[in-house]
Amino acid sequence: MGEFMKSQKFARFCNRFFTYAFLLLLSLIIIYPLLITVSTAFREANIVSFQLDLHSNWTLDNFRELFTNTLYKNWYINTLIIAVATMVLQVVIVTLAGYTYSRYRFKGRKYSLVFFLIIQMVPTMAALTAFYVLANILNALDTYWFLTLLYVGGGIPMNTWLMKGYFDTVPRDLDESARIDGAGHLRVFWQIVLPLVKPMLAVQALWAFMGPFGDFLLAKFLLRTPEHLTVAVGLQQFISNPTDQKVTLFAAGAFLAALPICILFFFLQKNFVSGLTSGGTKG
Amino acid sequence: MEIDQNKLKNVRKAGLYSLIPGLGQFYNKQPFKGVIFIAIFLLFVFQMAIAGIPALTGFITLGTTPRVDHSLFLLIKGSLQIIVILLFFVFYFLNIYDARRVATIWNVKGKANTTAKAILKNAWDSGFPYLLTIPAYLAMTFVIIFPVLVTLFTAFTNYDFYHIPPFKLIDWVGLKNFLNIFSLSSYRETFTSVFSWTIIWTLCATTGQIVLGILTAIVANQDFIKGRRLFRIIFLLPWAIPAFITIMSFSNIFNDSIGAINTQVIPAINHLLFTDIPAISWKTDPFWTKVALIIIQTWLGFPYIFVMVTGVLQSIPGDLYEAARIDGANFWQKFWRITLPMILFATAPVLITQYTFNFNNFSIIYLFNNGGPGSVGSGAGSTDILISWIYKLTTGTSPQYAMAAAITLMISFIVIGVSLIAFKKTNAFGNEEMM
Repeated sequence: MGEFMKSQKFARFCNRFFTYAFLLLLSLIIIYPLLITVSTAFREANIVSFQLDLHSNWTLDNFRELFTNTLYKNWYINTLIIAVATMVLQVVIVTLAGYTYSRYRFKGRKYSLVFFLIIQMVPTMAALTAFYVLANILNALDTYWFLTLLYVGGGIPMNTWLMKGYFDTVPRDLDESARIDGAGHLRVFWQIVLPLVKPMLAVQALWAFMGPFGDFLLAKFLLRTPEHLTVAVGLQQFISNPTDQKVTLFAAGAFLAALPICILFFFLQKNFVSGLTSGGTKG
Repeated sequence: MEIDQNKLKNVRKAGLYSLIPGLGQFYNKQPFKGVIFIAIFLLFVFQMAIAGIPALTGFITLGTTPRVDHSLFLLIKGSLQIIVILLFFVFYFLNIYDARRVATIWNVKGKANTTAKAILKNAWDSGFPYLLTIPAYLAMTFVIIFPVLVTLFTAFTNYDFYHIPPFKLIDWVGLKNFLNIFSLSSYRETFTSVFSWTIIWTLCATTGQIVLGILTAIVANQDFIKGRRLFRIIFLLPWAIPAFITIMSFSNIFNDSIGAINTQVIPAINHLLFTDIPAISWKTDPFWTKVALIIIQTWLGFPYIFVMVTGVLQSIPGDLYEAARIDGANFWQKFWRITLPMILFATAPVLITQYTFNFNNFSIIYLFNNGGPGSVGSGAGSTDILISWIYKLTTGTSPQYAMAAAITLMISFIVIGVSLIAFKKTNAFGNEEMM
């Protein structure tokens, strides 16, 4: 018996040891590269290697340089404009469509849902040439509204699915009893159901906002003049020239771009865990 | 209920009348609807006569005189016209359907809505769901369907750097591009090489992130762990930071000469384990670039799976494990028989989309090493996947638009086909209620 207890205890110790070892190692692997970038943002421009170095001098020169001698401020404002516009449009459209697919049974519903699923698999690349020609015809090359429209349209299929899944979790009895009480289409939607999906609205807004911040392909392809670029395309220019890499400038710019997104993300993360598990899975 | 014999309608007749939109509606005593339908019909006829016919002719010929006719614009206008015609056909059939349906209502109920007000109210009620989805469909038509249509047509033309409008005309060439991929040895070799790396990349990177995600979720979900919250925040970081930023950072970190892996990590490992690993050519040796790419994607992608699986784990009822324990199941049996099936069942659709995502994961390939190092011919680098190769074909100094379009079509079919089969197999569409 004693032997058994001992081996039980030993197994438990082993489990704990390896659990913590795993968690700590993984944490290290995640934090290390991030710390390199963050610390590089505060180092002098003449560094010789892109590595973690906490001993050399700290400075804010990179940030000063970023705002005085580069177009970083322009890029940042451009990205914000596009991101906010995308967010507003996409959330409205996706909410309406998701609500419809969750609440109404109408002809063609099932087929159009499958259609949404298929169409979100078509790679953006499939439309690249057409985007270019279209932009030429509409005189929309180098404009924000065109890019915004592309982001909105591209995000619709997948997010409609997720939104529909979340609407499905709101019991239908609620709107049915409201309807019996004489509430019309709009009232049921606006006053009964919509307040209950606020967490998912927040998630949708965040994702739509993050899209333009994270996109590289379309912005690179459609924006031309240096003042009109987004943060992603602009930052890449700092390190794309192998003979003249401005890694400290890049790191400083990356730090400023990632920080607000990161904060928003953690602020809302509770919401989207529930949003994802109800909308993205069929559990 | 007595039905007035005078009000009986002939369903067949109503449908036949509506072969000219609106007439059937007049026959059904719905003049308001009839006027609107006729107006739409006339508008379409007018549009066809003024712009439609020239657009279609232009689409067929793609222009006859260089510098005067712009083949590309003709192709685009033709595509738009095709969408207009398709929309009209949808309207046309709905119109006939409506005439027959209302006639049936007359016969069954003895009355139907005839005033404009009643019809509008009815349309508001039954049309409400369609109304709400119109913005979504408009945006998708403009941004996805129309461009894909253009790409589809482009694949059957000879649009490349020898044929740049308006100086040169583009022509229809049928299946030539598709045949070239397989018959021209240069293209065939590049395609085979890029395609096989794309498959390896998709399988390794996605499986990597799924395995790490599930493993982390299971390990981090144990009750005794202190600081679970903190670990959770750390594990979410790769997801919270925009991917392009981390990819570019990794591109520096894996730099052969100045990157931290070679200047800091490998020396540290050598120091700790008394090994003697030399610096690795992460950016100049194709094999190591591929390894680095897979490691980075695993790093980037696992938090998403981790979050989702954690949610599933917390929803598995405790009784299941309790029952298994009483039956004497050990840890592994519980894992293979309960935990893993539950996870896979609940997250299958998401896991499938992760594979398609990586199949088309352009930014990591492009931003890490621009598809390099080296080349495997026809403009593709040794770590280019299909999608980044297409990008190079379209944006390079000698663009091959038609060829790029043909390859795009092929991979779209592959991706959609494979995912549909996977969705069907995992029954992701679920039952009627789920849809």
